[in-house]
Amino acid sequence: MNLSTIPTVALVGNPNCGKTALFNALTGSRQKVANYAGVTVEKKEGLAELPDGRRLRIVDLPGTYSLRARSPDEAVTRDAVLGRLPGEPAPDVILCVADATNLGLVLRLALELKTTGRPVVFVLNMIDIAERQGIEIDVDALSRALGAPVKATVATRRRGLDTLLEIAAAQAEGASDLGPDLWREPSAADVRNGHRAARDLMRNTVRPPSRPDTLTGRLDGILLHPAAGLVILLGLLFLMFQAVFAWAAPLQDLTEAGFAALGAAATAGLPTGWMQGLVVDGLIAGVGSVLVFLPQILLLFVFILLLEDSGYMARAAFLMDRIMGGAGLHGRAFIPLLSSFACAVPGIMSTRVIDNRRDRLTTILTAPLMTCSARIPVYTLIIGALIPERTVGGVLSLQGLVMFGLYAAGILSALAVAFVIRKVLWRGGSEPFMMQLPDYKIPDPVNLLRNLGQKAWAFISRAGRIILPLMVLVWALSTWPSAPEGAEGPAIAYSAAGRIGHWLEPIFAPIGFSWEMVVALIPGMAAREVAVAALGAIYAVGGAEGDLAGVLSRQWPLASGLAFLAWYVFAPQCVATLAVVRRETGGWVWPGIMFAYMLALAYLAAFIVYRVAAAFGLS
Amino acid sequence: MSSDALRAAPESAVRLGDMQPGFCGVIVAVRRPLGAAPGATDPEELELRLLEFGFVEGARVEVLHEGPIGGDPIAVRVDDMRVALRRSEAMNVILAEASA
Repeated sequence: MNLSTIPTVALVGNPNCGKTALFNALTGSRQKVANYAGVTVEKKEGLAELPDGRRLRIVDLPGTYSLRARSPDEAVTRDAVLGRLPGEPAPDVILCVADATNLGLVLRLALELKTTGRPVVFVLNMIDIAERQGIEIDVDALSRALGAPVKATVATRRRGLDTLLEIAAAQAEGASDLGPDLWREPSAADVRNGHRAARDLMRNTVRPPSRPDTLTGRLDGILLHPAAGLVILLGLLFLMFQAVFAWAAPLQDLTEAGFAALGAAATAGLPTGWMQGLVVDGLIAGVGSVLVFLPQILLLFVFILLLEDSGYMARAAFLMDRIMGGAGLHGRAFIPLLSSFACAVPGIMSTRVIDNRRDRLTTILTAPLMTCSARIPVYTLIIGALIPERTVGGVLSLQGLVMFGLYAAGILSALAVAFVIRKVLWRGGSEPFMMQLPDYKIPDPVNLLRNLGQKAWAFISRAGRIILPLMVLVWALSTWPSAPEGAEGPAIAYSAAGRIGHWLEPIFAPIGFSWEMVVALIPGMAAREVAVAALGAIYAVGGAEGDLAGVLSRQWPLASGLAFLAWYVFAPQCVATLAVVRRETGGWVWPGIMFAYMLALAYLAAFIVYRVAAAFGLS
Repeated sequence: MSSDALRAAPESAVRLGDMQPGFCGVIVAVRRPLGAAPGATDPEELELRLLEFGFVEGARVEVLHEGPIGGDPIAVRVDDMRVALRRSEAMNVILAEASA
């Protein structure tokens, strides 16, 4: 089927109007639905099929209040609607998607879309909620007044979708006689006139709710309360991190046991030799030591998705704006930074919701300082090995306190870096903080599971494509060349990895790193968690017995271990993050600055920690 | 709306940025901010932004909540939509008090 003959239908609407849910329902594709204003950042398209076999190409465009673009996202919407995107056909039909309970702003947008001269279909989505609230909409009158077909739908229940597709297809067929494109960048007077026209339209066609939603107001009374709201927010964050560590443990034990059994089976089944070493020590141990953290990452994503889909994320941004603003960050930076606790890559991608380039760059530069889940393996390993399992003050675990300290160090340094960027790189005013507070909703479990599945698959495929080859490389580097006959000490000292480690050792000696630690840092550049697998490979190949934590606790001085943790708070050890920063900032300048400043901070922090700890006699 | 909208507004006019939760009013003017600091959002841009979020003459506004630190930002209802904004931005929205 020739794609170019399929009519293109663009979905345009305000943030939070259910546009992405409609896109999913029309195309059956697996996409993300969120309540937070502006989470739809990438162009998404899919094919919709009518009952008679005709097809429509559906493009989901970022939510906007106007074609006047304020951010890169909204520029995409404007250019797509106007047919200005290179290599993209102009849409044959524009579906203007409205939240039927909240028509005030979208009617003005619909009038603006009409000026492009392209056929517009006005979609009254979430009509069931409007009906429940007793909102009465005169569809025929609205259609006449807008000069566009109007169709009521419920995307999540697939109500009205076939008719909508019929209307869109009919409009696309008549699209040869386009009206003239009269769109121009609206001035303040244009927006005022648009609102006036939209208000007249509403007065004549919509009867306000007889049973308005009061739940959101009542919930906001608690969740936005100056004291209770902050306590609840902190409680939620605390619960989130408790869950990540406590609830994931049984699943992690299971994963570990599974890979141990797999390794034992492979050892028994394969002849002794380098092949057995590659499979057992390289592949199975390597992948296992990374996959064991999948349960934690999934739990973290469950929390973030629940907060987004329920509408709470915007409230969190509201509560945090002043606190973030003190460090020169925008309230909206809260979501990208919170996502960065799972992974900096989606965090940096979600900075597109910040309109102002400076605010956005500040957020991008500080996002990798948030403790991402890839650091968890490193932290848990070193803490488990070196910090005694002891309680402080009767209730708090010392290991938990150290972990908390590492998270706090990341957050505080991110705020400090943002503050310095604000003072040094640019001064002056900040971006306005204006954001819709969407109605609360119960998250759709099907969507949640879909999103979670995508995240899990992204992590697993990353483990496969990036981490697996690196594990084999590390295993090979630490195996060859093999030790000469009758040599003293572990064989790995003679290998290529050992030589690189020894060669770099003088640079890292002032911060207390042994050559084994240096060797682990090298593959750790590709992805932070690989350092754990690399340490496993180095010590397993080095002939040490017992589990890795036990080995480390015998071989690493406490001061060096603490310095290693401090290094990991800051080190720019993730190629994927640097690559996404390059993509989002359009050059190597900003990833270069990020790499340099984080490396400098890592070395400095490790140096200070090592020297202070050594002074207290911990080496 | 010209920059001297505040002067043209009636005696009872107040700025949204000064209001406390519970206040209800009708917008009489949305003005372009005066003497913006260098590097701040372009005054015309802020006016347009306010307009696009529904802060337009004649709209009913109710202050619902304020932020935990320094009462900033504020959450308001503009007609049938809830919006959060900072007090400094809300200073450009001029209201006449209305009964709730």
